[in-house]
Amino acid sequence: MATTTTTANGVTRKQTSRFGAGFSRNVWLLLIALALLPVVVALLPLVGGPAEVISSYTFLQLSLMIVYSIAVLGLNLLTGFNGQISLGHGAFFAAGAYVAAALVAHHHWPHMVTLPVVALFCFVLGYLFGLPALRLEGHYLALATFSLAIAVPQILKYRHLEGVTGGVQGLNLPKIVAPWGLPFTPDQWMYLLVLVVAVPIFWFTRNLLDSRTGRALMAIRDQPMAAATMGINISQYKAITFGLSAMITGIAGALHAGMFRFVAPDSYPLELSITFLVGMVVGGLASLPGAIFGGIFVQVIEKYADSIARSLSSTLHLPIDIEPWTIYGIALILLVYLMPTGIAGGIARLRRLMNNTGRRSGTS
Amino acid sequence: MEQLIQQVAAGLANGAIYACLALALVMIFVSTDHINFAQGNLAMFSAYLVWQFLQWGLNFWLALPIVVVISFIIGVAIERFILRPLHDAPVLSIVVVFIGLLTIFFSLAGAIWGHTINAFPSPFPKFNFPGAAYFGPHQIGMILTTIVLLLLLFAFFRFTPLGLAMRAAAQNPASARLAGVRVDWMLALGWGLAAAIGAVAGTLVAPVVYLEPNMMASILLYGFAGALIGGISSPGGAVAGGFIVGVLENLISYFGDVVQNLTGLYIIGNGEKLSVALLIVITVLTLKPAGLFGRVSVKRV
Repeated sequence: MATTTTTANGVTRKQTSRFGAGFSRNVWLLLIALALLPVVVALLPLVGGPAEVISSYTFLQLSLMIVYSIAVLGLNLLTGFNGQISLGHGAFFAAGAYVAAALVAHHHWPHMVTLPVVALFCFVLGYLFGLPALRLEGHYLALATFSLAIAVPQILKYRHLEGVTGGVQGLNLPKIVAPWGLPFTPDQWMYLLVLVVAVPIFWFTRNLLDSRTGRALMAIRDQPMAAATMGINISQYKAITFGLSAMITGIAGALHAGMFRFVAPDSYPLELSITFLVGMVVGGLASLPGAIFGGIFVQVIEKYADSIARSLSSTLHLPIDIEPWTIYGIALILLVYLMPTGIAGGIARLRRLMNNTGRRSGTS
Repeated sequence: MEQLIQQVAAGLANGAIYACLALALVMIFVSTDHINFAQGNLAMFSAYLVWQFLQWGLNFWLALPIVVVISFIIGVAIERFILRPLHDAPVLSIVVVFIGLLTIFFSLAGAIWGHTINAFPSPFPKFNFPGAAYFGPHQIGMILTTIVLLLLLFAFFRFTPLGLAMRAAAQNPASARLAGVRVDWMLALGWGLAAAIGAVAGTLVAPVVYLEPNMMASILLYGFAGALIGGISSPGGAVAGGFIVGVLENLISYFGDVVQNLTGLYIIGNGEKLSVALLIVITVLTLKPAGLFGRVSVKRV
């Protein structure tokens, strides 16, 4: 398979997928470290130290990073690993958010209990959207999903759905607090919950990609015809990947809704889908750590873009104030040129470089 | 009945805009095989440029040609400097670049002119004519402009050597190159023409939907739908498709109203316009990707 890749970027693709498996141990260490962090912080008030060494606000930021990482992971599974371009993953994010919100607001379910329902709903939704998408490739699939992204807010406002979605007003959700009097602030508790959801999802995706199924997905991306010849049921795999991808992004949407305690149609515009695309490209295509880098990037940019843009306009003495989205756009175009494998690919290259020099000094 | 005719007339007028935008999309698709997601915002940017010239006191009929030329240059520059190096890049890279362009034009317009809504004067004079009950002067102007544009393009491709060279470059780049056609410049030219057509479309639609950075999002979706219905490889088909989509859009909400009046059941209305466009896009793409007038592309395996 690998030797027959003739596409222009076949080489980089091979490198990223090999890198994805090799780098993952570090990712688990990182995740475990992140998981231990709140435990330590939670213990701090018990031993009488300062209760808010890490502010609640920082926990909110961290949770958002993780949520965006999950969303980007979903997109990456579909676009990076399976080669189906989606510009409309905001739609599945919105679907997840709304299913969770509706169950909480109308039926008073605990937020976390809604997640299995969210997962199932988004899987079916993605699978169904994936069926017609099977006939589309490249630009056309991008076009179909782009249209979906534009239409999302309007679909959510549809009059017959108002009973469920709350129409233009959206739905308000109760605050999620730590149960049984556990000594966590809501932000710390949310962070823990998000982490408890994120780790199995990443673990599941990693194992999926490491398996026969994962190899089939990548074979379909690189050489669909050869894959079909080897007995891979392309349409079945593609549709299921669409479902899984939508499921993962939908779960992220549900968590996001729980964090902001509010859903409304206009919270899910085209820009949201573009944000995920930016996260995926910046973090690194077809790379699990790339999804994490992407999530971090999205959150950091969301927080600092305004000040970056302002300082950029003043240092360059521009007559206008650049808007953050300009930076997004420029970053996208530059990355396609300079670092097509994103941050993850850049780090991999750096590691290879260091490994090579290390080996050379070892032999001499 | 009266109302039905009115709806069809309004649909034709809107359709003219979708047709213009679809035409621009087709220009780029035919010459480079790319679907330009930034087309709508490029057109919006051009409309803002016209508005800026108007603010500076220029006559509309002087401002429009200037902006068309500027847009043409922007289009050529985008192809030469941004897309040319990605000639053999995978589809995803190109889509990502288009999305980058989309956000850049959107945010630049917001930064320069602000996100508030501006009124845009109609360039067409008010006058009386038979059928004035159904069409406003601006509507007539939009439809006529689109048809003139299509005829000009047709003449250009049919009767000029440059048009012939462009067609050759699009259909068979290798042979065209052997025959002495500078294929890469033809691609840039296609981009320039698309940007110029988009400038006209943006300027025409601005008086209808008002000027704001987000004005083209839904119109672009209808442009896509029009281009797909007509066949994304056929300029004439795209114009026909644009008109079809425009009329369809109004008829659907009209019959939605009729159904609601008769049965009291709301099914579809003005609020579902984008969902209708989405349905059109997906249906055409899956059932008849070549559209009504497009060539069926056959790929050698």
